Parts: sequence; C-alpha cells; structure tokens
Amino acid sequence: MSEFDFHGLTASFEGQRVIGPLSFHVNEGEHIALVGKSGAGKSTLIKVIYERLQQEASLIPQGLGLVNALPVFHNVFIGQLDQHPTWYNTLTLLRPFSKDKKAVKALLDELSISEKLWIPAAALSGGQRQRVAIARALYRQAPILLADEPISALDGPMAHTALTLLTGRFNTSIVALHDVEMALAYCDRIIGIQDGQIALDEPAANLVASDIASIY
Amino acid sequence: MFAYPTVRTSFIFLAIALAGLLVADIAITTANPWQDLGRLFWGVVTPNFFSTEGLLTALLRTVAFAFVGVALGSVCGFALSLVYRFLPVRMFCAFIRSIHELFWALIFLQFFGFHPLTGVLAIAIPYAGIFAKVYSEIFEESDPEPSRLLPPGTRSIPAFLYTKIPDCWVQLRTYTAYRLECGMRSSAILGFVGLPTLGFYLESSFSQGLYSDAGAMLVLFYILIATMPLWVRPKLLPAYVLAAPFFLGDGMPIIWGNVKRFFTEDIVPAPIRNGEGLVGLSEWMGDVWINEALPGIWNTVVLTQIALVATGILSLLAFPLISRHFGGPVRRTSGHILLVIARSTPEYILAYILLQLWGPSMLPAVVALALHNGGIIGHLIGRQTNTIQLRPDAPTGLSRYSWELVPRVYRSFLAFLFYRWEIIMRETAILGILGIYTLGFYVDSAIQNIRFDRAMVLILITALLNIGVDALGRYIRRKLALKTMPTC
Repeated sequence: MSEFDFHGLTASFEGQRVIGPLSFHVNEGEHIALVGKSGAGKSTLIKVIYERLQQEASLIPQGLGLVNALPVFHNVFIGQLDQHPTWYNTLTLLRPFSKDKKAVKALLDELSISEKLWIPAAALSGGQRQRVAIARALYRQAPILLADEPISALDGPMAHTALTLLTGRFNTSIVALHDVEMALAYCDRIIGIQDGQIALDEPAANLVASDIASIY
Repeated sequence: MFAYPTVRTSFIFLAIALAGLLVADIAITTANPWQDLGRLFWGVVTPNFFSTEGLLTALLRTVAFAFVGVALGSVCGFALSLVYRFLPVRMFCAFIRSIHELFWALIFLQFFGFHPLTGVLAIAIPYAGIFAKVYSEIFEESDPEPSRLLPPGTRSIPAFLYTKIPDCWVQLRTYTAYRLECGMRSSAILGFVGLPTLGFYLESSFSQGLYSDAGAMLVLFYILIATMPLWVRPKLLPAYVLAAPFFLGDGMPIIWGNVKRFFTEDIVPAPIRNGEGLVGLSEWMGDVWINEALPGIWNTVVLTQIALVATGILSLLAFPLISRHFGGPVRRTSGHILLVIARSTPEYILAYILLQLWGPSMLPAVVALALHNGGIIGHLIGRQTNTIQLRPDAPTGLSRYSWELVPRVYRSFLAFLFYRWEIIMRETAILGILGIYTLGFYVDSAIQNIRFDRAMVLILITALLNIGVDALGRYIRRKLALKTMPTC
C-alpha cells in the first residue's frame, strides 16, 4: 500500500512547464526530504503528488489551510471528519465530545500548545498556526505525510520536536525542507530539485551538507 | 480628460439623461406646492403620536412582516445558494428578484386576499432570489484550501459546516442584518397596497390632511431603523423570528376557490379563454404591446436614465457632508443625520409624499429616487474618503474636492451607481402605481380593470427589462473594470 511509483510527473503554469517530466520510486517506510532553491518547484511537486495520491495522504501545505474562524480544537478534529457520521460532526461543532477533546488535547500537549485549544486560529501567531496544521496532519493518521516547509516558523527545539513527531508517526513521508542539516538529520533519502528536475537522489547516509550545496 | 473610459461613459449617460429631460413630463401642477410642503414639515416637527390607536399596531405589523419575510427569504435563499452553480437555478433566482415586492403583493392579493401570507411571500420571494445570489458570491470568495485538505471520505454536509460556514459567517451575518433593514422598508411600503403596515396609515393620514399624524409615523419609522443595531441582537434574534408570525394579524381568510380561479381562468389570456385561437391571441398581444407595454417601457427607461444621473450628481454633492476632509464635527453630524434620513426613507414613500405636494408628473419620482439612492451612495463614498490619507500640504476647499478626492473615489462611485441602475429601474417601474406613466401604472390599471392576464404579461415584461438592465450594468462594470460589494 505505501509503495509508490511516480512516472512522468509534470506541471505547467500559464503555459510554461515548471516541473518535470520527472519519475521516481518511493519505498514503504522511506522518509524523503525535498531540497532545492526557492522557486525550484518543490511546492508544485508536493501538490502534484497529493493529487496523484487522490488525497490519501496527510498534507501540510505552505499556506497551512486552517479555517481561521474555528478554534484550534476543530482545526485539528477536521482531520477525522470522515471517521464519524454527519450528526456526530455537527454536534461536535457545537459541543465536542470529551473523548475527542482528550485525544486532541494530548496531541497538542506534545506540540506544547494545548493551552490554545479553544482559541480561534485567526488569533494565533505564525509558529502556533504551523503547529496546529502539524497536529491536524498527525490526527488524520493517513499512511503518508506530504509536507511543504512544515517547520519554517518554528524555533530550534520546537522544530526538532515537530520533525521527530512527523517522521515517527508516519510510516512514509515526503517533506520539502530548506534546512539541509534538518533534512540530513531526520530523513533517510534526499531528493534535490533544480529547475523542475531531479538533480540529486541519494540516501542521506551517503551525503554531507556540502554535497547538497551545489544545487543551491 | 475624455481619454478616460470612465469619464466618456459618464458623459454618454449625462447626454442620454439630458435628452430624456426634453421628452420627459416634468412639472409642478398643484396650486400651492410650497405651502403643502411647509405643512408637511410642520407635521414632522409637531408629530402627533396619540391620535390613531392604530399607529403602534402598524409599527408592530411592519416589524413582524419584515422579520417573517426576511427570515423565510434568507432560509430559502441559503438553500438556493447551495445549488446556485446550476444555470436553471440562476435564471430562476434572477427572475424572482427582478419582480418588485409590490408587484408580488399585487399578484398574491388577487388570490390570497388580505391574508398575512400575501405580505410574507411578497417579501420572502424576491429576497430569496437576492440572498441566493449574494450568499453564493460570499461562498465563492471563501478560502478553498481547507476543503482541499479534508480526508477523502468526508461527507459534503460536515465539509460545508467545517470549512465554508465558519469562514463566511461574519459576511453572511452582516449582509443578512443589512437586508433586514431593507426588509423594514419593503414591509412599510406594502401598506400602500392595503396590508396593515405603516404605509397604509401614512396614506390614510395624508389623504385626510392629518400632517401631524403622518409626521409621527415618519419619525417613528426613522427611530425604528436608526435604533436597529440596539434592539436587533444576535442573542435576541431567534426569539424575534419565533414570535414574529404571531404578530402578523389575522387579515382575511384565504378563499381557495379564488386561488384556483386565478390560475385556471384569470391569468389565462382572454382570447384563449374565449376560444378565439391564435389569431385572437396575436391581436391581443399586439394590443397589449402597442397600447400598454411600449409606452410603459419608454417612460420607465426615460425616467430611469434621468433618475440615475440625478442620483449620481446628488451622491457627488452629498459625500463631502460626511467626509472628514471637510469642515468640523457639527457639520459632519448634521450631514450624517441628513443622509440617514435620505436613505432610510423608502423611495416609494418619498415619491408618494412629493406627488401629493407637487401633483402628478415625473418630477416627484426623479427627486425621490435621487434622494434615496444618492443618500446611499453618498454615504458609502463619504465613508470611503475617510480612509484616504492626504498629504499634509494638500489643497483645501473646492480644489481638495475636485483634485484630490473625486478622482480617487470616482471608480467606486461609478461601480455603486451602475450596481444600483437595475434597482432604480425596478423602483421606477413600481412608482407607476402612484400615477406616473411607467410600467407599474399599466400593471395597476390592468388589475383595477380585473384584467389579470394583461397584468401578468406586463409584469413579465417589467421583469425582463430589469434582467436586461442588470446584465447591461454588469457588462459596463466589467468593461470599466469596476468592482463593488452588493448594496440593496
């Protein structure tokens, strides 16, 4: 189930090809970091893969996609809307059930923002919003994670916590990261993207940070 | 200056309006117009709140009809907005909102009689069409990202409740509250066709020359509208909506035989009813077209164009009244009061009053439409100028007005004006009921003569004319790249 073959992925913007055609294979249990200059096509590649997987993955887009008017609890709970009947979801919107509250709170505790449980997402800072989006992705419990710069607004220790959680809870993951050190520390395979093409594809164990510098 | 398409468009419309003035019937025909106007003002200054015991009842009925009609309209409009992407739904909504509340009331009166349902449906039906359009526009502008992130098995109802509703809630609420204010005005004028709201008592006080009674009603109506933010509270709203149906009054019972007769006989064109075949039908249609529809359309279009330009001129003159770039707080406060009065008086009531004072011609209608719509646009533009930061050494007075402010707000001014074009035409048609020879006049006389078949044809023609102007207005706004939010 969690093994994929991507063949001939392409994307165009206003008639101009921005990525591909590129092909690669993802083995079950792999944690892949996408690295490369901004504008190289990492975000577009994540989007294209998400569409290929027909949403069978937890996605953390760069824009986060939080519902600003809803509290943190509902922004996380939204990850499991498919698990419950309509009446249950509707009731939860008005008055959440205690078992869901407990589960969401436990998850937010690990990201140290459980005290914001009932605060609307609109009132959070950039880093807090990013942690809510991470919590939503974890809560969804999809087999694969697709994340686009999920730790860009987090400080050092929190960035480590978040990446530990993400790579630990998801069996397979593809994460775009601009921080090469973090990519080498948490992922076991590095794919470098340059001008919409794969410029580098190596196990992380074979690489040091300066090897990757060439594609920047 | 003529290099700008916005300026060229403005002058084309100005020229059309001036040409319209040459053929329009503009006159003051009463013997003592100013004396009557003075007596009316004296009536407003010395309102008599205690003469008719019906006054408070009328106020209560006005509020009740507005609440029930707007609530029903918003629920139906919400349901329609969910399927608004389908062309037949869009056409249906465009059709029901192109027919004015008073026309709907005139139709329902023929078969429901003076039953409360007549007033409720007259408001709810056109409002449902407007709500459907605006709600769907609000949903379209919401952030699409959260719904793209949902797990694939998510049902559409929870998806909608979690991603769309919270994102749009504030806008939905603001717009619905705004429509409730419009609903108060609609409800008040339904009295002019005999429903037990303010218009009914206003008309009877006027016809008896009881100016102080009429003044009391106007004053109460302004207070009602101006204090809405105080008494329409989100927490109280469910209570109001649940209670409102019990305050509509009993009216008269519905006679179901009338309903059946209306649909199976009254509105069937006479030649078909009498078995005169297609020849008879085409003769009949030709007669309606040449003697009623064409003159009605001509007068409606001429009056609309004059009123549109008058509205524009008045808005441009009125916005400095509330702009913080001119004068002091005293003048701005009185400016605010003036514009609130202008925009909270329904154009129908203004036209009615002016018609009593000046006698029948197009003049009262033009002035009424310009005052009401100019008040609305002047208010919106004036508020917009308050967000403009001028450089410290900016000129003052007339130079500031014409060099700094008007050029900055002119595009949004035109956007509002073209947005209201269709609304002005809808009102122009309806003012015919007061005796100006627009389409409403011919509809009303057909109904008076119990020729409902003709009335229905004329109402359909009016609706098509409104849809056409709406489309033209949207075309011009798109051509000039003007953007606006809806106003009622």
